[in-house]
Amino acid sequence: MIDILTSILWIGGSAFALLAALGVLRMPDVFTRMQASTKASTLGLGCLLLGAALQLGDLGSLLRVVSIGAFVLITTPVAGHVIARASYLAEVPLWDGTVLDERSPDGRGTNQEDSVRDRSDKGQP
Amino acid sequence: MLETVTNVALITLCAALLIAVARLVKGPTLPDRVVAMDLVGVLVVGLTVVLAASTQVAATLDAAIVIALIGFVGTVAYATYVERGDPE
Repeated sequence: MIDILTSILWIGGSAFALLAALGVLRMPDVFTRMQASTKASTLGLGCLLLGAALQLGDLGSLLRVVSIGAFVLITTPVAGHVIARASYLAEVPLWDGTVLDERSPDGRGTNQEDSVRDRSDKGQP
Repeated sequence: MLETVTNVALITLCAALLIAVARLVKGPTLPDRVVAMDLVGVLVVGLTVVLAASTQVAATLDAAIVIALIGFVGTVAYATYVERGDPE
């Protein structure tokens, strides 16, 4: 029974981890990439940790697994926020299809120069 | 059965790691690489946890804790660097 539950959790968790990596590879700009990576990787790691806790089964490893889970749950959003803020302030180009940029000078949309820079980036290998 | 599942999970995680490294190499800007490196850290923690459970060596979990810690500190350090420096 425990083996079956662990199998489901591990398959699901590694699938979510793969989805996170695919999102990071396929998404068009830094902010959408970060969205994919933080959400999916937290859920995937949570599933993997639960499966490992079931499989190990003693109190010491349960405590360690819970502390890893709590640490990752707390730090991943913080790290995501810090990277997003830094890359916005460093004027990393937004995606062409960006609908709303509340901090841009005219209040909405991206400016033309950013879009041009974004397109020229795609030519790189 | 669990052995097969463990192998499948490890192979999937390694594939995810390879894809994240592809983004790390491709760039094109520094924040992209920081995001990819953050993801690599989380994936390595997952890999270590699965290995700890499948080999029944609970001490490996301590390594996972340390990797998670260092990954977070590294990400925050890179972010402050990005905030000051040139994004290219």
